[in-house]
Amino acid sequence: MKIRTGLFSLLAAGSLLFTACNKENTPPNRQVYEQQDQMARPAINTVFVGTADKDMFNTTIPSSMGAAFQAKFKTRLLALNAGYTTNALGQNADQLTGLLATDVLNVSKTAPTTFFDGTNILTGRALADDVIDVELLLLFGGPTGTSNPGLTSDNATPH
Amino acid sequence: MKKRKLLLTAIAVAVAITGGIIYAADHLDSPAVSNQTTDITDVYVFRGENTNNLVFVANTQGLLTPAATGAAKFDEKTLIEFNIDNNADNVEDLVIQAIVKNGKMKVYGPYKPAATGTRSTIEESAFTAQVDVTPYGQNAIIAEQQGIKVFAGPRDDPFFFDLGQYLKIIGGEANGFNKPGTDTFKGTNVLSIVVEVPKSRFGSSSTINVWAEAKKAVM
Repeated sequence: MKIRTGLFSLLAAGSLLFTACNKENTPPNRQVYEQQDQMARPAINTVFVGTADKDMFNTTIPSSMGAAFQAKFKTRLLALNAGYTTNALGQNADQLTGLLATDVLNVSKTAPTTFFDGTNILTGRALADDVIDVELLLLFGGPTGTSNPGLTSDNATPH
Repeated sequence: MKKRKLLLTAIAVAVAITGGIIYAADHLDSPAVSNQTTDITDVYVFRGENTNNLVFVANTQGLLTPAATGAAKFDEKTLIEFNIDNNADNVEDLVIQAIVKNGKMKVYGPYKPAATGTRSTIEESAFTAQVDVTPYGQNAIIAEQQGIKVFAGPRDDPFFFDLGQYLKIIGGEANGFNKPGTDTFKGTNVLSIVVEVPKSRFGSSSTINVWAEAKKAVM
């Protein structure tokens, strides 16, 4: 009993001490940094987001992006390519825009990292990846990648 | 008076042109960040020469001409943050933060941030590595501390895209791309931050989701 009381007093004294310490040593408020821009996949904001929404897209957290932007992305996709059915990944308009509206870069910790290398798809992004051609192919190439041949590559190469 | 009006018109035209035409990947993507230190132009994540590592690249302040590059600087009030989700819910579980101080790029993390979302603080005890910012035209200065390698400085923008022709197509002035295309970004520079981190720092998941944020000091 006595020991217990003693322990309690000790704890009480300890917490008092801590409180005192905290009060005296409270650091100045930490600097806060407020979000201005964000991106993951290339050209998404540029291509899919309307002028009025561009700043909002840059400050919407990724877990909220799908709900906020998927429908708008679909409208934009069908404006760019009215004949869109599916793409080379077998995605319909809802599936493609659902993927793109949540703007994160999927990165594999086991596979080679590439936007697309003929085998691996969306496992990262390397400096020389032709990300624009991949995106053009998915937007305009149709189910076999052969639709709209003048629109599926910009024929620009790494410089 | 006339001169002033002319100048204003010229500025308005310049704004209209840069606001409407020169953008891509994420260069000058939105009104609030165009021509700011907070403009992220591109994000790359790939495995390193040492395949046990992942390399994170954030390029900022795009479309720098060679003449403008020497004077371009990282901003001590701009925090560049790589956000890493390792349980597939698109919420950051870890962050890698980079901010310049007295000519050195300082890196914090990867560590679990005190809070997720659009407002960040820097946990000083999460400091891992720092490097002198490489001046324009000089060999890359790379530092390694605690298994983390870091570089910061001007680089040739690796992004390539015939943006001019794309805009003609979108604008109804052309039906397709040219062969060969004209790379709008050739000959322009960015201010680049590169951080190489062992994969083991990101937990046990086989994939992660990554996005980069630019955050500005407030208060």
